[in-house]
Amino acid sequence: MQTPAPFEYARATSIDDALRLLAEGGEDAYLLAGGHSLLPMAKLRLARPELLIDINDLTDLSYIRRDGDWLAIGALTRHAELLASGEVGELFPLAHDAERVIADPVVRNRGTIGGSLCQADPAEDLSTVCDVVGAEVVIRGRGSERTIPVTDLHAGPYETTLARGEMLTEVRWPIHARTSSAYEKVERRVGDWAVTAAGASVTLGSDGTIVDASIGLTAVGVQGTIDAARDALVGQQPSEQVFAAAAQAAAAASRPSDDTRGTAEYKRHLADELSRRVLRRAAERAASGS
Amino acid sequence: MQVTMTVNGVEVTREVEPRRLLVHFIREDLRLTGTHWGCDTSNCGVCVVLVDGTPVKSCTMLAASAGGHEVRTVEGLEQGGKLDPIQDAFMEKHGLQCGFCTPGMMLTSRALLDANPDPSEDEIREAISGQICRCTGYSTIVRSVRWAAEQEQKARDGESAAGSTADEGTHETADHETADHETAGATA
Repeated sequence: MQTPAPFEYARATSIDDALRLLAEGGEDAYLLAGGHSLLPMAKLRLARPELLIDINDLTDLSYIRRDGDWLAIGALTRHAELLASGEVGELFPLAHDAERVIADPVVRNRGTIGGSLCQADPAEDLSTVCDVVGAEVVIRGRGSERTIPVTDLHAGPYETTLARGEMLTEVRWPIHARTSSAYEKVERRVGDWAVTAAGASVTLGSDGTIVDASIGLTAVGVQGTIDAARDALVGQQPSEQVFAAAAQAAAAASRPSDDTRGTAEYKRHLADELSRRVLRRAAERAASGS
Repeated sequence: MQVTMTVNGVEVTREVEPRRLLVHFIREDLRLTGTHWGCDTSNCGVCVVLVDGTPVKSCTMLAASAGGHEVRTVEGLEQGGKLDPIQDAFMEKHGLQCGFCTPGMMLTSRALLDANPDPSEDEIREAISGQICRCTGYSTIVRSVRWAAEQEQKARDGESAAGSTADEGTHETADHETADHETAGATA
């Protein structure tokens, strides 16, 4: 039987209450959202929280709403809710592509977007989704609030720039016209972590030229989006040659390693092939006016 | 710490360690061993229970987090001596072999039919994709869920047909069909 080491448990009654508990709990106080990363880690004693602050009652952190040119998503929004949202699917189809292959439907009933981003797992799909769409995250502390690009949230594998006592409360995705996106991953079996995955967003001008684009890769040692891939796309008409050049640039920027999921060479091949596919699909979707 | 929740319509209160996982709380503290305990890593899905009607892997939820919520286990499917249509279906269509995955499969299927009374085969396969049947009896599980959907549809048709002509003679089917609502109502 896997059992976490003992900890204290507190249920936050508001965001301010959670921040107070975090501040008073010190170094080993953790927020508990969906628990599908933290509890497995605690069972394996990779995490040894002294205090778990359960934020599942904070329904004011669970929402998806249009806020001008942004889609604002509360940190406690579950994977299943993102997948059920027509607005998410319409504005950010890559998020639905990704959500369909994140774990399984039962896990998606519990796991949250805020938890996923703060776990900062290099194989986590939503981190790439957020990088690709140019997400911002809202971070609150006691008496403080700051908004930063999601690329500044991630400091490295399993590491964020959150200070002790801070919590992520909202994820914001910018909405752009004539823009669409796609995500695709290769996994060893259904619901597994990515061997490699790619996400892309493409913005077309009125004449069909690519005026903006981004490509991100999952599980191959790349943080943020890949500038060289963007440079190969912007100003070009969408074509197989252009997608191939961008995908090769993305694969060249990847830093995969050999592991049980595959060789570095195989993952680099996937980075190239999956980048082509998501660019193709994102451009088609953008052209069809979604 | 003390935790209070509703399990199969009955309010229960127990003293637990905060680290107590919901699956062990159900099996060992409540002695409801119909909920199975498998991989312990949220992969296999044999520990699935419904929390407020939603399927959850109970090896990856604290009992403390279930406090104040409604939990439904396989023991709560049967209502008033009548099996849930999902249970009838698993018998009728041979939806089980060894039975280890069956409680979780039936609860996920119940939640699916409550949300989507006429699921396609693909939708059923998607819904149970977080659960493993090591007998690999998926085809018969899918057939079982379809059968239950059809039985429930027939019961509803019978109910509305009877309801439009007379108010009598529908108690059998109505009882069967309102099992869920009774559970939801039995929280006091």
